[in-house]
Amino acid sequence: MPVALKIFIAAVLINNIILMRFIGLCPYIGMSTDVKQSIGMGFAVTFVMVLASTATWTLYNLVLDPLGLEFLQILVFILIIASLVQLVEFYLKKAAPALYMSMGIYLPLITTNCAILAVTFDNITYGHSFFESIVYSVGVALGFMLAMIILAGLRTRVRTSAIPAFLRGNPILFVLSSLVAVSFMGFAGLIK
Amino acid sequence: MKRSIAVFLQGLVIENPLAIIMIGLCSALAVTTSVANGIGMSLAMTFVIVASELIISAFRKLIPESVRIPIFIIIIAAFTTMVDLVMKAYFPDLSKAMGVFIPLIVVNCIIMGRVEAFASKEPVPHAVLDALGMGLGYTWVLVGMSVVRELLGNGTILGIQVLPESYQPILFFVLPPGGFLVFALFISLNLFLKKKWLESPLGCPDPEGGN
Repeated sequence: MPVALKIFIAAVLINNIILMRFIGLCPYIGMSTDVKQSIGMGFAVTFVMVLASTATWTLYNLVLDPLGLEFLQILVFILIIASLVQLVEFYLKKAAPALYMSMGIYLPLITTNCAILAVTFDNITYGHSFFESIVYSVGVALGFMLAMIILAGLRTRVRTSAIPAFLRGNPILFVLSSLVAVSFMGFAGLIK
Repeated sequence: MKRSIAVFLQGLVIENPLAIIMIGLCSALAVTTSVANGIGMSLAMTFVIVASELIISAFRKLIPESVRIPIFIIIIAAFTTMVDLVMKAYFPDLSKAMGVFIPLIVVNCIIMGRVEAFASKEPVPHAVLDALGMGLGYTWVLVGMSVVRELLGNGTILGIQVLPESYQPILFFVLPPGGFLVFALFISLNLFLKKKWLESPLGCPDPEGGN
């Protein structure tokens, strides 16, 4: 199996960013009220994640690393992501209002989403090449979307079910996530 | 005086950042596989939130309204970098075990939320108390979860064998699904405590009520 495909499958299923690594839980719980919204959020995350990976990978390998400024990584990455999202928002508003309407509302939320920052750190930690880091970020984002869609679907079922009183409200969402996570553990042996 | 106590206490149960407001969850679920990790993460988090609220509250009149968010982010990122480097230097094992979650403190919504909603408007003593309360609220949930998970999943606490040798560890609890389940039970517990607290003669110390 080519390395890029392995990275992709591992990112979507085996190391699913939400269910296996608990990163990006806030939007996962907060935004998954219906399937449509989950898909919109998923696409916005994919878009920003790829963009952020591209920008931070380039900056780290061409500027921070040669100059020995690795310790500024956290500071630089968060600023890059925040300003990038802002720029994209301005651009989309002018250039593609229709796209902005469907995706724009999610963009500000994504700026401080840990998933984006985590992926950019992962790319550096795992020593991904430029191409690999793009593949990785698409994979992670699709894994994110998958988990959100699953939870959104389950939520519609939960609304009409009889739930024990002490689990009503938020606790039941985590019980559901736990069960979904158990099933995702079955993917563990998928690639060697 | 009464208000100071109210500010401090609300982070513990009533406004518990993890279980009630449900923010900053990522680190809480990921690092609680062992008690040592849970304590390390709580200390790191409490340090960053106290330091950030202190600095931002002290400079709140000098920070221009329009660029406050980037300034907050830079301050928080600076303290997070400090914690990250200190941990790497003095506790390399702990730092490795928590991996990406130390740098991720910078985007932890608890800090950003408290800084924006509280420290940027309140005097320094209140901001520090609020930060300590939130830090402690975070800590008890984290340490509690890690005790449950390490005890059931490994039979140990802080690496010391507690349950008898014959105990067969339930691996489920240190795996990701166990994290979700234990957290669900802790939210439930906190909701129960909140209900009891509000019914108790202590009543509801209203932090907004400027006593």
